[in-house]
Amino acid sequence: MGFLLGRRGRDGFDLSDYLSFGFLGLGVFLMLGPVLWLALSSLKTEAALQEYPPQLLPLAPRHVLVAGHDAPLPLYLITAGEYAGRELAQVRRIGLNAQMVDPANPAERLNVRITDREPLREVAVATENYTGLFTRFNFLLYFWNSTFITITATILTVLCNSMAAFALAKYRFRGRTSVFILIIATLMIPPTITLVPLFLVVSQLGLINSHWGVIWPAIATPTGVFLLRQYMLTIPDDLLDAARMDHASEWRVYWKIVLPLSAPALAVLVIFSVMWRWNDFLWPLIVLNRSETFTLQLALNSFQGELQTSWSSLLAMTMLTLLPITVVFAFLQKYITQGIAQSGVK
Amino acid sequence: MARVELRGIVKDYAAVRVVHGVDLTIEDGEFCVFVGPSGCGKSTLLRMIAGLEDISGGDLLIGGDRVNDQRASERGLAMVFQTYALYPHMSVRQNLAFGLENLRMPKDQIAARVDEAARMLKLEPYLDRRPKALSGGQRQRVAIGRAVVREPRVFLFDEPLSNLDAELRVTMRGEIGALHRRIGNTMIYVTHDQVEAMTMADKIVVLRDGRIEQVGSPIDLYNRPANRFVAGFIGSPRMNFLPATVVRAGADGVSLRGPGGVSLTASVDGRGLADGAAVDLGIRPEHLHPGDSGLPALVESVEQLGGESYVYAQTEAGQPLTLHMPGQTAIRRGARVTMALDPDLCHLFDAQGRALPRLRLGETAA
Repeated sequence: MGFLLGRRGRDGFDLSDYLSFGFLGLGVFLMLGPVLWLALSSLKTEAALQEYPPQLLPLAPRHVLVAGHDAPLPLYLITAGEYAGRELAQVRRIGLNAQMVDPANPAERLNVRITDREPLREVAVATENYTGLFTRFNFLLYFWNSTFITITATILTVLCNSMAAFALAKYRFRGRTSVFILIIATLMIPPTITLVPLFLVVSQLGLINSHWGVIWPAIATPTGVFLLRQYMLTIPDDLLDAARMDHASEWRVYWKIVLPLSAPALAVLVIFSVMWRWNDFLWPLIVLNRSETFTLQLALNSFQGELQTSWSSLLAMTMLTLLPITVVFAFLQKYITQGIAQSGVK
Repeated sequence: MARVELRGIVKDYAAVRVVHGVDLTIEDGEFCVFVGPSGCGKSTLLRMIAGLEDISGGDLLIGGDRVNDQRASERGLAMVFQTYALYPHMSVRQNLAFGLENLRMPKDQIAARVDEAARMLKLEPYLDRRPKALSGGQRQRVAIGRAVVREPRVFLFDEPLSNLDAELRVTMRGEIGALHRRIGNTMIYVTHDQVEAMTMADKIVVLRDGRIEQVGSPIDLYNRPANRFVAGFIGSPRMNFLPATVVRAGADGVSLRGPGGVSLTASVDGRGLADGAAVDLGIRPEHLHPGDSGLPALVESVEQLGGESYVYAQTEAGQPLTLHMPGQTAIRRGARVTMALDPDLCHLFDAQGRALPRLRLGETAA
């Protein structure tokens, strides 16, 4: 709490306090606002989502069962005119007027101008948005597909990139700089350019509709190699020499000395890789065509039909899709600053 | 048996040769110190013995086997680094055990060896700490312990004490010496500090620019330096050098005329010197003392340490002179003193810097 409320002025807020709190508050609003909007919207019923103007809270019109009517009728508060202050249920709307009844006296029909009333609302949390994902859609299958691809690809990414980075940072060989520059240079090639050749390779290998078709092309990343190499450069050579004097094979040097000491940079790469793979859309869309192989992102996409979109399911699923990334971030965030600061990557 | 033999060892970095054909034999159980100014190739030589640098030419034999092509991990040596190079992510215990684990030694044996080393180096209270939580001296002991547990054929030390403060350095010097006496392994020790070399070594190897200048016992190097470089390097403060001219050179002594018109006959074998040749007269600060006749000099500053005193003076021709006296002195700054030169304590170096053989050693105890 002291951290949150810390200020510069001694006996009160001074100018820099106002500025920094204001700036940070604006940042929080800009960053967190959409997420909050999404979270609240994911709890709205389909009807509440369609409402105009939109409401912040998940509210739904109140309904009441009136004798003589089969379906529940929406309740309105009358704000002006003859019946001002009463709560009436609407039977039907005719032009600019509405035919309404008092739930206490269902026999009498009352005519009210539609500008004279406003709907009564109540908080209605549509948990069926979430439960429906598990009952009507095979959410768990998509979740497993995404998880499998993300975890496998991340492990392989870390392994492959750290070995490349180790060699580039700690071994002296002819062409070391050229290889490194070549790897970095691939950052300049937009992924769309390699999309078609990559697809040809993957399809030749028979990996279409297989999760490995998504995993293999993704594991070698120039960013990862660069990030880890820069970090490994800061590990003193003496440590490696000491390990060699301690009978360690080069593999042991890598596995027992270099990898544990690169933990902060590895954590950064893990976060990057999890984000990349989890949020990846274009490449899985191309490789995975059968719905049982879909990742969450593809499943989300499939909610958007040509004719209609199931917004409530879409929003609920988006919420669930965000969760794992948030958890990964929460656990690894203390490494991020350290890892990024020391490897000079932004 | 762990005799280390270097035969014509050469090291090239691209086009630059940094070690020029070193021949050296280090006997089993010997404490050998490589000493020299920075950049003389002593560390490179040590790293070549360790296997951390490739050998560009020549043969390296350890225990009679040529090991040029063996990896560092296969040579059975242990090394203590200047930076200690402790694994920061491991506890002291893990640091000590790492080498043994790599050898796939049974766990109980590892534990026994680690405990033994910890006891010997008084590290028991720190076994579960990380290196970060240790002081410099403790880290140094862990680094030595890491070498000791492996029971290597040869210990290599690369300037292990240079990161410690002066007091600790003296203590650790004693501990390393005691360790050598106790376990008796061959040890090779690199330092730029000639005091460390003098106090610890059985054999000193003085290096300069990738070449061996002289090999010998500490006292040998002190008494009979082979050349001007060794004479200047061994001994602290360094030897005074004065230009002189040969008046008459003979096998039984060399008559000289020195600065300030002083003349003396140095007890060196002067064969090979021409009369009238320019030579350097060397005399150690501890062998100069104020006298009635000799070299006149002007005192520039005096350092009184209580138990000993240093007097810094200048001859009339401007050459600096250092005088080391036991006890305290009454000499003050600005005083004119006459330095007596003992012919039996003089060193003489020819124009190439080679020392002339001394006939009598004035410094040896009666």
